[in-house]
Amino acid sequence: MSSAPSWTRCNSVNTVIEVDDLWKKYRLGVIGTGTLRHDLERWWHRMRGKPDPYSTVDERTKVDSRKAKGEGPNGGSGGDLGDDEMWALCGVSFEVKQGEILGIIGRNGAGKSTLLKILSRVTSPTKGEVRVKGRIVSLLEVGTGFHPELTGRENIFLNGAILGMSRSETKMKLDEIVTFAGIETYIDTPVKRYSSGMYVRLAFAVAAHLDPEILIVDEVLSVGDAEFQKKCLGKMGEVAHEGRTVLFVSHNLGAVKSLCGRALLIANGLLSLNGPVDKVIEKYLKTENAAQTRWVRNDPLFGSDGILLQEVMILVDSKQASGTIRSDKPFEVMVRARAFRDYRTAEICIRLTNQEGIPVLSTVNCDALDNFEPIERGDHVFVVRFPALLFSSGTYSLLVAALTPGRTLFDSIDGKVRLTIEEVGPQASVTRDGRLGVVNPRLDWRHCRQFEAEADSIPFELTNESRG
Amino acid sequence: MSKSHPSATEGWDLIIRPKTGWLDLHLADLWRYRDLIMIFVWRDFVAQYKQTILGPLWHILQPLFTTLIFTVVFGKMAKLPTDGVPPLIFYLAGVTCWSYFADCINRTSVTFISNAAIFGKVYFPRLSVPVSIVISSMIKFAIQLALFLAFLIFYWMQGAQVHPNAASALTPLLLLLMAGLSLGAGIIVSALTTRYRDLQQLVAFGVQLMMYATPVVYPLSMIGGGTFRWLILANPVTPIIETFRYAYLGAGAFSPAYLCYSALFTVVILFIGIVLFNHVERTFMDTV
Repeated sequence: MSSAPSWTRCNSVNTVIEVDDLWKKYRLGVIGTGTLRHDLERWWHRMRGKPDPYSTVDERTKVDSRKAKGEGPNGGSGGDLGDDEMWALCGVSFEVKQGEILGIIGRNGAGKSTLLKILSRVTSPTKGEVRVKGRIVSLLEVGTGFHPELTGRENIFLNGAILGMSRSETKMKLDEIVTFAGIETYIDTPVKRYSSGMYVRLAFAVAAHLDPEILIVDEVLSVGDAEFQKKCLGKMGEVAHEGRTVLFVSHNLGAVKSLCGRALLIANGLLSLNGPVDKVIEKYLKTENAAQTRWVRNDPLFGSDGILLQEVMILVDSKQASGTIRSDKPFEVMVRARAFRDYRTAEICIRLTNQEGIPVLSTVNCDALDNFEPIERGDHVFVVRFPALLFSSGTYSLLVAALTPGRTLFDSIDGKVRLTIEEVGPQASVTRDGRLGVVNPRLDWRHCRQFEAEADSIPFELTNESRG
Repeated sequence: MSKSHPSATEGWDLIIRPKTGWLDLHLADLWRYRDLIMIFVWRDFVAQYKQTILGPLWHILQPLFTTLIFTVVFGKMAKLPTDGVPPLIFYLAGVTCWSYFADCINRTSVTFISNAAIFGKVYFPRLSVPVSIVISSMIKFAIQLALFLAFLIFYWMQGAQVHPNAASALTPLLLLLMAGLSLGAGIIVSALTTRYRDLQQLVAFGVQLMMYATPVVYPLSMIGGGTFRWLILANPVTPIIETFRYAYLGAGAFSPAYLCYSALFTVVILFIGIVLFNHVERTFMDTV
């Protein structure tokens, strides 16, 4: 659907961005070797038919994997790719309508940033064309060009000008920006004295108030606090409501879902899906999470001492969880470990961290006991069960560790296994924003009508009955 | 609504395409961002002196001390001639001009390297950075020129051998030539340093050496003949400094034809610089 020639559809008046068969080639291995001597050495090696001394093994394998996708922009099989080149974008086409909030998702390195950089004119495409109506302001980073020695007010003008505003336009918006950022008191303080939160607020406020026809926002809001993030998301919705267009890149799927009507899924430089946001997120989770609910040590014979983790897997109904887990389902985490000696005070610890980086809970294998559980030499399997209706929706990353408390960390894996909880249930939302909170248990409520005559008493036996 | 062809440009404000021709210079873009240039100028000036005690006074101390050293080393010790002009004012004239030129080259030549972070995140005409540097250095030049004029008046009242004349009306032109020359040379180097970092070292050093191939610490009249004279005459900064000295001190070689050579040189180097700079601008982010 995405590769169909887009010009047949471009007749509509309110298409504001048209991306037509966009390709971007990057060179690998030569980056950062900018001296004349290296160039000469490289040339000398090439003359003798030897490999480039300045490209690394890691980069070569990356090239291979992306080359394996096989097709160049001319339909050949990567024919016009040099030894140290890769396609960061492979023939991406889509269009954006006026007033639309388009979400762009995909894992790190998929090509999202490259796409945004081309749209923001930071770099130019290798092939293809982008047509734009109106002015683009892109926020690829907060506070680009902020000068630490200048005051907040001075930086607003500086930042505004960098983003393409004239001085008078910025002047008109000054009060609004300051109020939105909530930094009235500090407006004449150098920004180097700002807290990082104030810094981010000011930066976003400038970009959001510049009234661009098209606003491009990369993963920048993840730095602010939750309250400000909500304010920013609200502002973006408002911007779109006024008929302006927003391109929003985020790993925060909840935000994408609530804000965007349509989304693009980019994977390995290809436009994998362009459609309604729910469909796109569903596909993303399916492809991205399946691989992430299990981790296995690559070289099982590795190690000779301590306790080594061998495998970590998330299970639902005794099977490997596939992508998203419904919040009303219990799930289990299975850990296989090998001990090379007998340990009396060792333990296996699991910590779940949510996407904001907040540890939600930690648990150890001897939670239920008063004492340590000895781990003897040999292979072990640990399984811990997490009850249903405990976590709020979102992605959690697991830290699994084998250790003796306060002494030795034998082995740990961090962030290699993830799970995504999806909120379900009929009246799941408490407010418009869903059930806010780090945890999301269903609690025991009681309720009865109260009449004026008994206004002073509570019609429940608080202590006894509530324990029943 | 009436559009029927995919690559029709009408109705679109911006079309992003792969690298275009060498001569597609986007100079109109630069004009649209003139507010940004002025803000850069202002930022350079303000930010430089925040948290310093002496502030812009440094602009005066720098040439003053350099001139004192030159007077001692080249005037008193090496006993180089100064065309009959008091050594202090002679060197101050040279230093005022040269430090503007050297400053501009040194600062513009690192445009891409020192702005890589911001260039990677937001688009604006990259040329606005070196242009703003050349302009903000003019403020410094103005302060130093005032210092020079103060000394000149002092010497003049003392009845020393200084003869300011009508040629001083050429000062804006001289400044413009120096700005153009240093901008051109600086952006050529900055374009090349994206590929070859070695050049960065070479420039700071090269500019220092070039001062000795320019009549800053000696008058042109002192140079006899031979290849060395040819080298100094080929140097496009020579006529600018000689004209400056002639205009304010009445000593020096002033030749309109020679100044035209300098102007022509400036136009050519500026053109090459802008073309090269624009070419690098488009692919810069992929190579740094």
